[in-house]
Amino acid sequence: MTSFPSDLRYTHDHEWLRAAGSAWRVGITQFAVDQLGDITLVDLPREGDLVTKGQRFGTIESVKSVSDLYAPVSGKVTAVNASLKDAPEQVNSEPYGGGWMIELEPTEKSEIDELLAPDAYTAHVAAQ
Amino acid sequence: MERKRTPLWELHKQHGARLIDFGGWDLPIAYPAGTIKEHKAVREAVGLFDVSHMGEVYLRGDRVREAIEQLTTNAVAAAPPGKAVYTLLCRPSGGVVDDCIFYKRSDTEFFVVVNASNTAKDLEWFREHTHGLCDVEDASEATALIAVQGPKAVALVDQLAGGKLAGLASFTFTDAEIAGVACVAARTGYTGEDGFELACANADAPALWTALTDHLPPGGLPIGLAARDTLRLEARLPLYGNDLDDDHTPLEAGLGWAVKLDREFLGARALREQKQHGLARQLVGFKIADEARAIARHGYAVVDRSLGRGEAAVIGSVTSGGPGICVGGAIGLAYVPAACATPGTQLLIDCRGKDTPATVVSGKFYKRTQP
Repeated sequence: MTSFPSDLRYTHDHEWLRAAGSAWRVGITQFAVDQLGDITLVDLPREGDLVTKGQRFGTIESVKSVSDLYAPVSGKVTAVNASLKDAPEQVNSEPYGGGWMIELEPTEKSEIDELLAPDAYTAHVAAQ
Repeated sequence: MERKRTPLWELHKQHGARLIDFGGWDLPIAYPAGTIKEHKAVREAVGLFDVSHMGEVYLRGDRVREAIEQLTTNAVAAAPPGKAVYTLLCRPSGGVVDDCIFYKRSDTEFFVVVNASNTAKDLEWFREHTHGLCDVEDASEATALIAVQGPKAVALVDQLAGGKLAGLASFTFTDAEIAGVACVAARTGYTGEDGFELACANADAPALWTALTDHLPPGGLPIGLAARDTLRLEARLPLYGNDLDDDHTPLEAGLGWAVKLDREFLGARALREQKQHGLARQLVGFKIADEARAIARHGYAVVDRSLGRGEAAVIGSVTSGGPGICVGGAIGLAYVPAACATPGTQLLIDCRGKDTPATVVSGKFYKRTQP
């Protein structure tokens, strides 16, 4: 069983969030990475774009499939991991580190509180 | 339903493979190295593939050549013993039932390897259209198939066969003993690389696989289905169900070289007519513009925006697409109107709502440099 970092919050769509000042950094979990296989392309929004919780904010192409990235919370994109453009494989090798995707400044604080704690996410994955 | 397992299933688990449902079979999509490393291992060293899910059929009898002559688009029946011949099986309409390789053992015995997903359909097709002229024996359940592909594949297999196989010519085969296992060893493959495909009894397959993995040279890896697909696409080898089907003919698919129209066979009349009238549509290779940063996949529409939006704009369809792992960018195959089939033609592909430019390219995306 994969274990998930205890300092992160999670979504049912297998994304993680980590507090970064007043913003939250977003990536995808090891479970998602294992499902996708080798990632070849990550298409992300621009800095300053507004995203809405549950709406598509980007796409991930792996060798075999394409998947949407859904915004975990509503907010403004304050940073984008530009290094993924030339090195998308970082998502495979360091999903919680260099493979991060965007940083969001949430518009609704309460949406952060609704995210899953590590144990709840672990249970969610176990039920898959 | 319980997924079917090949005789190598336990070994795949030990290798740490990720197994998926592939047409009812529990097969490795990738091993821990991952698809990109696996793909490169085949291009640079050697890869081992468990393709035991594929179907194997024996056709035997004094009149087997007569029967086969009717079934195959290529000149299979007249081939010399020891020759492997790629051919299509066609319907009277010219649509493709399957693509497969016939191995001629003698004038009275042929061994056929067919696509896994088509095994039942092909057996029925053989039984119906050989009209009792030969015996049709399904050996699929008893036969394992291991492909060894890459620039170091021949040395690996040859070393385990007492140095008897390196001289085997391309598209020929022989009975051989490899690591003590009785095999049919064929100099064929589905990757664009040199190598062998080895058929053996199920019970012997783990010993053969283990001998191959024990002797793997540096850089060699076991290879999953995902890399099998990216490898064959780079080499522009068609996949039945994607690039070939009942609705398209071998001529449209660019496989005219495997269709010998100076003979009579199922579909010959329709194919001759099609050739005479010219092709309305053709399978082309395309490369997505690098700046588009997209991959066009099976089922995406090729569109002409001068015709409007929606269905009216659809002029063709992507049949295969993926990353060109060794050639770079994103590549694919699509059926398009003949007028759009000239290399250099600019296509527009609807990639999930985004019109994405692509260019028609000729020939294989990847061609190996060594003979």
